[in-house]
Amino acid sequence: MHPAFSVIFLTTLIGAGQGLFLALMTVQAYADIGALALPEGSYFGTNSMIALALLVAGLIASFFHLGHPERAWRSAAMWRTSWLSREVIALPIFMGLVFVYGLLHYLGYNPNLFGENAPPQGELTYLVGLLGVVAAFALFICTGMIYGCLKFLQEWNTPLTPINYTLFGIASGFTLATALTAWMAPTLVNFYGGWAIAFTVLAFITRSASLIRNQRIKHRSTLATAIGVRHAQIQQKAQGAMGGSFNTREFFHGKTAAFLKSIKWVFLVLVFPVPVLLLALGLQNNSATLLGLAFAIQYVGLLAERWFFFAQAKHPQNLYYQTI
Amino acid sequence: MTQLALVIDLNVCVGCHACVTNCKQWNTSGEAGPLVDENPYGKDPTGTFFNRVQTFEVGEFPHTETVHFPKSCLHCEDPPCVPVCPTGASYKREEDGIVLVDYDKCIGCKYCAWACPYGAREIDEKQKVMKKCTLCVDRIYDESLPEPERKPACVLACPTSARLFGDVHDPESEVSIAIREQGGYPLMPEWGTQPSNHYLPRRKTKMKIHKDELVRVDNPLKKDGHLPKVDENESFLEDSASW
Amino acid sequence: MSNNNTASTLEKGVEVKNTTCYMCACRCGIRVTLRDGEIRYIQGNPDHPLNKGVICAKGSSGIMKQYSPARLTKPLKRREGAERGAADFEVISWDEAFDIMETRLRHLRATDPKKFALFTGRDQMQALTGLFAKNFGTPNYAAHGGFCSVNMAAGMIYTIGGSFWEFGGPDLERSKLFIMFGTAEDHHSNPLKIELANFKRNGGRFISINPIRTGYSAIADEWVPIKPGTDGALILAIIHEIIKTGLYDRDFLTQYSNAAQLVNQDPDSDDFGMLVRGLEFDEGKIHPHDEMWWDRKNGKAVQTHTEAEPALMGEFTLEDGTPVKPSFQLLVERVKDYTPEWAEDITGVPAETIRRLAHEMGITARDEKIELPIAWTDAWGKEHESVTGNPVSFHAMRGLAAHSNGFQSIRALSILMSILGTIDRPGGFRHKAPFPRPIPPCPKTPNNAQDIKPNTPLAGMPLGWPADPNDLFVDDDGEAVRLDKAFSWEYPLSVHGMMHNAITNAWRGDPYHIDTLMIFMANMAWNSTMNTVEVRKMLNDKDENGEYKIPFIIVCDAFQSEMVAFADLVLPDTTYLERHDVMSMLDRPISEFDGPADSVRIPVLPPTGECKPFQEVLIELGSRLGFPAFTHPDGTRKFRDYPDFITNFETEPGSGIGFLAGWRGKGGEKSLRGEPNPKQWEMYEKNNCVFHYELPKSYQYMRNWNQGYLEWAQYHRLTRYTDPINIHIYSEVLQKFRLAAQGKYGGKQPPDRLRERIETYFDPLPFYYEPLEGQLSDKHKYPLNAVTQRPMAMYHSWDSQNAWLRQIHAHNYLYMSPKVGAAGGFDDGDWVWVESMHGKVRCLCRFSEAVEPGTVWTWNAIGKARGAWNLTPDANESQQGFLLNHLISEELPAHGHGEHLSNSDPITGQAAWYDVQVRVYKAAPGEKEESSPQFDNMLPVPGQPERKSWLAYFAGKRPGKLNIGKRK
Repeated sequence: MHPAFSVIFLTTLIGAGQGLFLALMTVQAYADIGALALPEGSYFGTNSMIALALLVAGLIASFFHLGHPERAWRSAAMWRTSWLSREVIALPIFMGLVFVYGLLHYLGYNPNLFGENAPPQGELTYLVGLLGVVAAFALFICTGMIYGCLKFLQEWNTPLTPINYTLFGIASGFTLATALTAWMAPTLVNFYGGWAIAFTVLAFITRSASLIRNQRIKHRSTLATAIGVRHAQIQQKAQGAMGGSFNTREFFHGKTAAFLKSIKWVFLVLVFPVPVLLLALGLQNNSATLLGLAFAIQYVGLLAERWFFFAQAKHPQNLYYQTI
Repeated sequence: MTQLALVIDLNVCVGCHACVTNCKQWNTSGEAGPLVDENPYGKDPTGTFFNRVQTFEVGEFPHTETVHFPKSCLHCEDPPCVPVCPTGASYKREEDGIVLVDYDKCIGCKYCAWACPYGAREIDEKQKVMKKCTLCVDRIYDESLPEPERKPACVLACPTSARLFGDVHDPESEVSIAIREQGGYPLMPEWGTQPSNHYLPRRKTKMKIHKDELVRVDNPLKKDGHLPKVDENESFLEDSASW
Repeated sequence: MSNNNTASTLEKGVEVKNTTCYMCACRCGIRVTLRDGEIRYIQGNPDHPLNKGVICAKGSSGIMKQYSPARLTKPLKRREGAERGAADFEVISWDEAFDIMETRLRHLRATDPKKFALFTGRDQMQALTGLFAKNFGTPNYAAHGGFCSVNMAAGMIYTIGGSFWEFGGPDLERSKLFIMFGTAEDHHSNPLKIELANFKRNGGRFISINPIRTGYSAIADEWVPIKPGTDGALILAIIHEIIKTGLYDRDFLTQYSNAAQLVNQDPDSDDFGMLVRGLEFDEGKIHPHDEMWWDRKNGKAVQTHTEAEPALMGEFTLEDGTPVKPSFQLLVERVKDYTPEWAEDITGVPAETIRRLAHEMGITARDEKIELPIAWTDAWGKEHESVTGNPVSFHAMRGLAAHSNGFQSIRALSILMSILGTIDRPGGFRHKAPFPRPIPPCPKTPNNAQDIKPNTPLAGMPLGWPADPNDLFVDDDGEAVRLDKAFSWEYPLSVHGMMHNAITNAWRGDPYHIDTLMIFMANMAWNSTMNTVEVRKMLNDKDENGEYKIPFIIVCDAFQSEMVAFADLVLPDTTYLERHDVMSMLDRPISEFDGPADSVRIPVLPPTGECKPFQEVLIELGSRLGFPAFTHPDGTRKFRDYPDFITNFETEPGSGIGFLAGWRGKGGEKSLRGEPNPKQWEMYEKNNCVFHYELPKSYQYMRNWNQGYLEWAQYHRLTRYTDPINIHIYSEVLQKFRLAAQGKYGGKQPPDRLRERIETYFDPLPFYYEPLEGQLSDKHKYPLNAVTQRPMAMYHSWDSQNAWLRQIHAHNYLYMSPKVGAAGGFDDGDWVWVESMHGKVRCLCRFSEAVEPGTVWTWNAIGKARGAWNLTPDANESQQGFLLNHLISEELPAHGHGEHLSNSDPITGQAAWYDVQVRVYKAAPGEKEESSPQFDNMLPVPGQPERKSWLAYFAGKRPGKLNIGKRK
């Protein structure tokens, strides 16, 4: 597949936004059971707005993917069958919840719906946040399933696809949270940093699993099934359009195999070991800069990962275009 | 229920591209048009076509077959492009099984193209909506056209009548009979998309010569005395027999 | 009803008009739908006999030709001081253009008419252009046949009185076995596709003999790869095997060919090799039928077509002691050594395959006989209760023709078809009117230089069919009178002229210099010429006084082809959708097997800009110059315009023969012959633009010898004589030329330098010889054959301007076996040099398993000069596309027979495009990745439409609301 940068930015940006929000809710949940002290002041409000900003940026990026962005509203229509439609619904709901969550925190409006003496889990921010968590995971699944549901794109058609999307989003979100917290609430840095490292390691495991899986894929379609001629030696001589076509542009990454391989190593290095190392160093040295760098590098790595995710997928239609 | 479809006979397709450009000219000025062409007079000209013909070589010299292979939307019974469409612009018609795109609803997200294993859909780079074969839905029901011409443009044009058009759900239709009797097959059956369009394979006519057919009773060489004659002066059995 | 769409059912602004396609030479009937005056749809006309509703890729892309930015729309004059080739023009008016031409041509006609030369391309109006040249009085006229396929026409017509393409073809409806030799898809292509598909569906067996498996060959049941230029050897070996196994149709040969006729074998006689004639002449007959048979029973020579049972083989002695042999015996002797094993070495086809092919042909012909209950009478008065046929048919094209041994190969093919008994019989080869014609046909050129006189029409046709050496168009020294040297001893039977040598000869002044060269619709600065690089220089070359060696060049074309840049005067032609045209019985009509058919074009659109059909130019010029055909005796103009000319022109006053055969007579009541009908065009228009006359069944077969048909044809003036047209297994015509070369034929003698050449190649029986270029080139250095193929979606150079078709073929590759790459150390897709002894070209290679390993090939004429046809300078056609023409010389290397002999068949002058020998090697690392040679960018000329960077063609105004596609 041809990696579409609008989609690469969409998925990485909203993933980080979702992850950041989940990081906030994790702190709130821990705090509510007394495992942590709640950070002071505008911490939640500011970070929620940062998460929202990432989501908005992702949404804006997605519009560049559309031929007719002005009709984007139509795309919620087919939620019964289309994961894309579901994503289109889940994203604004989630954004709304993040906004409300952040706003409530900012305004300090946080009544306990179950009475003043009820446990903190009954507080409005907590409940809104809980809904946000559900929406965030729903969104991860929708996004992942957009790709995971295409059964003949065998590289994508695995539960690992939504799992990877989820873990990458969470890992990058926690890494970001670590960096942001270093500025705003240094006491929580180790908490976030630990989770960030854990999720990054987890993502490494699942992504490695998908890489190994994809390396072993035996593609079900062959040139023989594509044209229905059973013969061991079939060579294409003409593709029907010498100047190229949508089919030759949309489904091919257009780069060499060596380039593809190098991108794999780029993301394997930038997403996993480097951020983990920087996180560890940052935590050790209390360096917000290093932690910020950890996020930045991981994000760049995720861009490469997403590029590779697309480029590695071999669309069966490419069988009809053998001489690209 | 009706399922309109094309049956393409690879046994007679000579790869002339008539279907390709006739489709283009009908549809560019039709309800699916215009079909944009970019760089029409420059480097790497490229445009929207609903149907293309490709060429494959099968086997090694001298046992090579050259196969010309036309391909357009296969109007699957279970089209994977339809459920993924977020807006409902892509749909399959109940009444005749044609898979269509409602341009006014299409947002140009290309997801349906990703979801089609056959590469049958093409985005129009200027109109920014997804386009594909409509089976000339603006011809086949047009009562202002004479009845024999209510067929897709590619079918009308095809000089070798390698393109049959009809209802594959009607067992008595020309297309069903062709599929049944001539080994019609679908493309990439492994995905369960159940393409309605089918392809008919190459078929060979061979000639068997029996040895005795080379020996003829009325060989004209006889008339001219040119069949081998035995020289009576040669050695014969009786020269040495002692019966 | 001409249209099935009645006005009432059409939406507003929509019109439907019938005309005839011209996207290639096939001439299908088309139906054009217009919306608001723009072309909405071009479809095959379902009521047209030729294409029956189908249409090809080219025909379907007519819209993009009509609206192409390559179109010329204004008359242009080369700017004062600008160089030829620079395409620097100023716009002039038609009046000025006509004044320039009139002045110049009037002077030439009054002084030396042969200084005006008119050569035309794929024009389909040779009857008119020929008439113009004849009236001008110049012999220097030809269309493109000489470099197209004259070998096919001449080889077959000199043998069976008809040929493939427009004049005949395989009867695939009834055939059982069909063998196709090297055939491209541009003549009669849609009918052939229709028939081929039906043939296969009906269980026919299709064998393709071709170095390359593309197009039609793709669907063959068997592909027999063969080395280019060796088909003659294969065919002769098949004949060998068929005769050896007795699988020939003896009765057919005896009755309908000269196989049984006796040939003088007295080497001392001046009549050696001539048919023996009876002593008593058929008094008063122009063609006395007094050839002799040998009566086997009575052991004596007798008149042919008597009750006698003639011998086909043997040698005999006449009463006067003359040794004689039947023609067939000479054929048997000729093919004796042409064994399948011999042919295997030459052709690369295994001997076993050759034998099997022969057996398949022979057995099918013998055992699958067709008998139709159609009674007919032969030319000798014998009545037959039925028409019979042997269902083996053939088709061939340039694969045989475009070699310098093509004429003899095609003679061999015609003889193979004849010994199988398949001529004008069901399931075999069928003629199309106005063929069959006498062997050779009657038209003749003048035969001496004195026949060219100022202000006088030529005494004869510019092109004709020599029957013997005295018909040659040579001067008193035996040298060429025509510029192209056609009908000279160098190429005696060059019946279509030799356009491919016209520019070189004019440039060199050999045989003489000319003044004005008028080129219509032929891209002589590019793909229509051999040796393109040099010819472009010749067009631009000046003498020591600084004057162009070819002083004045007029180019008429609809498009900005490469040739336009070299013009001094450019005349913008119309497209086929803007003009009247006729596919005339006087030229190459669209006749069917069952009878004559002709057709017309009627404009569906007004001319673009100031475009004017070339016919109007000719009629205007002819009228201004006072040509007898175009003016009254008082000098006033006879015809208002071209449609008026077509309606009212008669070959002779009162002859009743004109360009169109349909709806003649005052009220349109007559066919083929009759007075001019003022409403003739309307009647064609009402009848799908086609006239089709179906012959009675009894006249549809065996027409060479069918008394009814021959008399019918004579009555309708299709042919002058009713004599039977016997097949020339043995060609007495060729023998006459050979005798002349031997000094044994009274009359014209070849110059001494050419005696051996004539004696060698004018063999009355077919023989195989290696193509001339092969004989003269270093095959160790250049081991490969290079040929072109015609893609089905492009017609020659015409369609690179076509936005839709050029997406299918944007550039070309050199296809070759992977073995060639392995030997040369390069890979699929590499840049390579392909080099002949004449030049070299850099191009992209592509490996293919569908090509004979000794052959490399490419699609013809996809490559373009930079900027030509209004393509951008970086267009694929000029940057990756290439022409093979740069490797092919128009002349052979100097050798014993001459310094500047054409690279052509020595008999017919057919350009030997496919003879070129090449080698292929990898381009050096770091070389530019573009095709070579490259030329200066050609700029658009004034008046060309704008070249858009994208198109969204939609005919007319968009109807308000579109419902299709809407989800309910």
